[in-house]
Amino acid sequence: MIARPSAKCRAFLRRFAPLLLLPLGACNWVVMAPSGDVAVQQRDLILIATVLMLLIVLPVMATIAWFAWKYRAKAQAADYDPDWDHSTSLELLIWSAPLLIIIALGAVTWTSTHLLDPYRPIERLDAQRKVDPAAKRLQVEVVALDWKWLFIYPELGIATVNELAAPVDQPIEFKITSASIMNSFFVPALAGQIYAMPGMQTSLHAVVNKPGSFDGFSANYSGAGFSNMRFKFHAMDQSGFAQWVARVKASGKALDRATYVKLEQPSEKVKPTYFASVEPRLFHAALNMCVQPGKRCMDAIMMTDMHGGAGKESARDTAGLRHDGTIDVGGYHPVEPGKKGEIAQPAGMTPAAERTPAERGKQAPGQQDHEGHDGH
Amino acid sequence: MSPHPASENSGIWKLIFGRLDWSSLPLHEPIVVGTFLMVALGGAVVLGLVTKYRLWGTLWHDWFTTVDHKRIGIMYMILGLIMFLRGFADAIMMRLQQAMAFNGSEGYLNAHHYDQIFTAHGVIMIFFVAMPMITGIMNYIVPLQIGARDVSFPFLNNFSFWMTTAGAVIVMMSLFVGEFARTGWLAYPPLSGIAYSPGVGVDYYIWGLQIAGIGTLLSGVNLVATIVKMRAPGMTMMKLPIFTWTSLCANVLIVAAFPVLTAVLALLSLDRYVGTAFFTNDMGGNPMMYVNLIWIWGHPEVYILILPLFGVFSEVTSTFSSKRLFGYSSMVYATIVIALLSYLVWLHHFFTMGSGASVNSFFGITTMVISIPTGAKLFNWLFTMYRGRIRYELPMMWTVAFMLTFTVGGMTGVLLAVPPADFVLHNSLFLIAHFHNVIIGGVLFGLFAAINYWWPKAFGFRLETTWGKRSFWLWVVGFWVAFMPLYVLGLMGVTRRMRVFDDPSLQIWFQIAALGAVMIAAGIACMFIQFAVSIKNRAALRDTTGDPWDGRTLEWATSSPPPDYNFAFTPVIHDGDAWADMKKRGYQRPLIGYAAIHMPSNTGTGVIIAGLSVAFSVGMIWYMWWLAGLSFLAILAVAIGHTFNYKRDFTIPKDVVERIEGERSTLLAAKG
Amino acid sequence: MATRSQIDPAFLDNDGKPLFHLGEEPHHPEGSSTALGFWIYLMSDCLIFACLFATYAVLGGNYAAGPGPRDLFDLNLVALNTAMLLFSSITYGFAMLAMEKNRVGATQGWLAITGLFGLAFLSIELYEFAHLIHEGATPQRSGFLSAFFALVGTHGLHVSFGIIWLVTLMVQVGKKGLIAANQRRLMCLSMFWHFLDVIWIGVFTFVYLMGMLR
Repeated sequence: MIARPSAKCRAFLRRFAPLLLLPLGACNWVVMAPSGDVAVQQRDLILIATVLMLLIVLPVMATIAWFAWKYRAKAQAADYDPDWDHSTSLELLIWSAPLLIIIALGAVTWTSTHLLDPYRPIERLDAQRKVDPAAKRLQVEVVALDWKWLFIYPELGIATVNELAAPVDQPIEFKITSASIMNSFFVPALAGQIYAMPGMQTSLHAVVNKPGSFDGFSANYSGAGFSNMRFKFHAMDQSGFAQWVARVKASGKALDRATYVKLEQPSEKVKPTYFASVEPRLFHAALNMCVQPGKRCMDAIMMTDMHGGAGKESARDTAGLRHDGTIDVGGYHPVEPGKKGEIAQPAGMTPAAERTPAERGKQAPGQQDHEGHDGH
Repeated sequence: MSPHPASENSGIWKLIFGRLDWSSLPLHEPIVVGTFLMVALGGAVVLGLVTKYRLWGTLWHDWFTTVDHKRIGIMYMILGLIMFLRGFADAIMMRLQQAMAFNGSEGYLNAHHYDQIFTAHGVIMIFFVAMPMITGIMNYIVPLQIGARDVSFPFLNNFSFWMTTAGAVIVMMSLFVGEFARTGWLAYPPLSGIAYSPGVGVDYYIWGLQIAGIGTLLSGVNLVATIVKMRAPGMTMMKLPIFTWTSLCANVLIVAAFPVLTAVLALLSLDRYVGTAFFTNDMGGNPMMYVNLIWIWGHPEVYILILPLFGVFSEVTSTFSSKRLFGYSSMVYATIVIALLSYLVWLHHFFTMGSGASVNSFFGITTMVISIPTGAKLFNWLFTMYRGRIRYELPMMWTVAFMLTFTVGGMTGVLLAVPPADFVLHNSLFLIAHFHNVIIGGVLFGLFAAINYWWPKAFGFRLETTWGKRSFWLWVVGFWVAFMPLYVLGLMGVTRRMRVFDDPSLQIWFQIAALGAVMIAAGIACMFIQFAVSIKNRAALRDTTGDPWDGRTLEWATSSPPPDYNFAFTPVIHDGDAWADMKKRGYQRPLIGYAAIHMPSNTGTGVIIAGLSVAFSVGMIWYMWWLAGLSFLAILAVAIGHTFNYKRDFTIPKDVVERIEGERSTLLAAKG
Repeated sequence: MATRSQIDPAFLDNDGKPLFHLGEEPHHPEGSSTALGFWIYLMSDCLIFACLFATYAVLGGNYAAGPGPRDLFDLNLVALNTAMLLFSSITYGFAMLAMEKNRVGATQGWLAITGLFGLAFLSIELYEFAHLIHEGATPQRSGFLSAFFALVGTHGLHVSFGIIWLVTLMVQVGKKGLIAANQRRLMCLSMFWHFLDVIWIGVFTFVYLMGMLR
């Protein structure tokens, strides 16, 4: 449905885009000139919808200007009729014309929303090429941290911070979550955005068609360091990607739970960092908010809840349940210098005393390494 | 950490002042200190003048305690205009920051300050500019249009106004004591939760909105009851003036939407104050439920804002085209349909949350469907102009500007309703451009049309046009210069709420936008000059007829400004355009037979309860529990005490009515 | 449409010309909008409860590895509580009947009984809350308990305000008798009281009964 008009649209764009892009050169209008097939289809959809609406909007605006001029009092238009206030045929027209446009647009919306559903594995590399069903999708796990992005490549066993790379023309499957605050994962050149939400997983399927280096960022405000929560997305050919992976592996650093717990504490303008190895199932633990020592994983908790809870005695057993408050976001009043990593309770209230591990006699997160809790 | 560790640590200090200490005063922020000095100076001058001219008594007796819907309407407008200056100052600061912060420059605002500014801008513009101004217009005009002497619940009206003002006071207080929220105007959790926003900012936000929300809700109840119960004889629902119809729908929406805001903010406060787990990440909370609930309020809210202005445009188009409104009934049904549909679209504010394709398409299509009745309305205005004789007075100029501007905004809105398109445009500056396109192009232009249209009714003289036209052109051109670049930037993938940028090629667009903002600033200045010049030349601009525009609805049937009782005789209605119909049928104003008129008495209870609500909120925000507790008990006591007052009305004697109406007769006769 | 519209014959004078003012002023007696206004307010209050019900529906299964409804609720106690509130609604009805007959003493009596039933309801509810908190099932324990306390607690707060209002009205009836203004106020409180009853039926069904089935 989308494929056919999109060819026309490209022709349309070829003709008119140079005009539009005159001010600052083509590369800037990334939404209008993307490099990934999903984003290209989204661009086409914007153009189709705009053209459909202009069909009615342009005549209306012209008529407004025309009537506003023609019936100005000075002109003393001869057909002045102060009591004329009804016309069934005109009424029919003014309700049905927008209705027809919306029916057309609604049909486009329904099909495109399903075809471009971020959860749906992509079926084509671009307008001409189908996806080889046997081909493997590149798996990338994305964790939005305050305020940087962690990318884990589970199959390659590597991870990076604030740098993403993928081979051209290979479908990518992102699994996305956040450690604390809601963000939105967005690489405009590649595909539309999707929220990164704590304790929840969203997915995004996409493919990049042209090599290059593109901007990626959080598109949902998440606090003080939000403006610099940016990364580069490098699209490269297969051999370039292999070299990139090798470079990451050469870094020698390991991303284990202790490192992650340090990493998830807020920091800004973080330089791209490579990790040669990743602790298995780290994304699962991040998603279920149980990377920190002694935490119970959300999925286990939800399983318990599905079976009707953990019984009367569990009321007082809240060990390992708290997650909020273990990440210091630099509060205005409460955080005292030299005590990073804990949240001091605001004066006058202690709504959730156990929120701060240190207060419960445990060590602050990130101070001790440990292995083997229920995330494994 | 504190410069005053002794006071910080002493238990008695905490008991009295909660978490308030010297470090709460933003003495290290020169901009805030400068603002404070200016406000303090300005405030001192105003207070001094009021004292010098001995106006305190008048202010208290004739204004603060008034239950007259007209005076309350004017007070709402003043509140809205004052807050508009604050909200616009925030806008200018943002534009300046974004125009500067390139090539490694951090601009002039740090994150702590900048994040408060964009939050405050949104909150203030919606809750304390747009809402008071539309409530003010509705308050002033609706009872006049339906031929009533006041609203159904005059005391409640005064109380609503003061609660709205109390909310504004709380928000303004945050500028100088403590901080405001740094969460964006809807304060999404988990960011707005206590764990991630432990300061007082979000508490200021919560209490400011809760207190103002009570006012809004009660004023909604009041106006619905007024329109349903207080119409003049003969005024059936299908003879209701169109502005009153749109006001009715807007107020029904208020009554049906604001409780959701109250509930969701109450739950957020429970999370923050008691440590419950509604919107937390852990303990079984669900932050996305907040996002859903707040938008179930939020989307109807935008129709609450725009619907009354649709009514204004209808009245203005019809009056200045000297012609009946085209398609009255389809206009009414379009309004009702928009009101109903506004509850079925909230999810389009977060397609990117990852609800399935079917859910997203459903909400996308319902959103598009709203454009059908909206489009029908536009056509109705168009055909009202058709075969008319359009007088281009200022209200009509604003209306034509609205039609052209709003159409573009509506179009980009429908574009954003296509979920896959929204995936690339969501949260971008394209979205910002879109909603400013509809809110400025619709709500603000409508308010300016309304102010220019009804000013003579409220004050008895017209606004002069030279400065009005300057303001108009600066606003309209300035709007496009300020927001077109944002559409462009959105298509370049620039997201909202950014403080610094690293791509230098974007800077030119932000600079153009800043230029547009400066033009708008000049437009605002011209508007205030217009007010000042008009007040100065009021004798020359005087309107003695009460009907300066050859109006069509009942508010033009009485004098300008109307007497306290609005109408000496309640008019009987035979037609939708009641006043035009009366003029056509050769209506003669009766000169004898006046009777005494029952009117509601003034009361100070509204001011007092609102003041106590501010004290209560301060107590809650700063954890001064004693203050919160005492103020709450005092509120209860005053409210209960108020119910023991059974004598709530007085009579305007017959001779007073005769004298007032006699003066009007003389004026009308002098006019010929 | 001006020429097409028909004029209501009631608004024509003896010569068949349209009237622009009635001989007698149309009367909007004080309080004529009160019932409607109060009803609109109640509907908005109903929406607050709708939000709390929705919250409970979403969070009601999130026990955070803590106790669920079956571990916590005591249906017998809740049934007793429900009976208290239902009885109070009935006795309020009797108060209104007495008011219709203009019998001040009977009205006051029934109002007092209503207030006592309301107090009994509140006491039982507070006992239930105290018991839950004592067992560690605090509002902070889980999303389910937060939603439960918020919904049931908000209802309880409404009942508390209802009782304060009821006492105020009894004092006012004592001072002024059953004058029109007081009758109107009693009618508003009546709507409020029965409204809380209806909400409670919802709470009882969706929270307690269905909670036991979860």
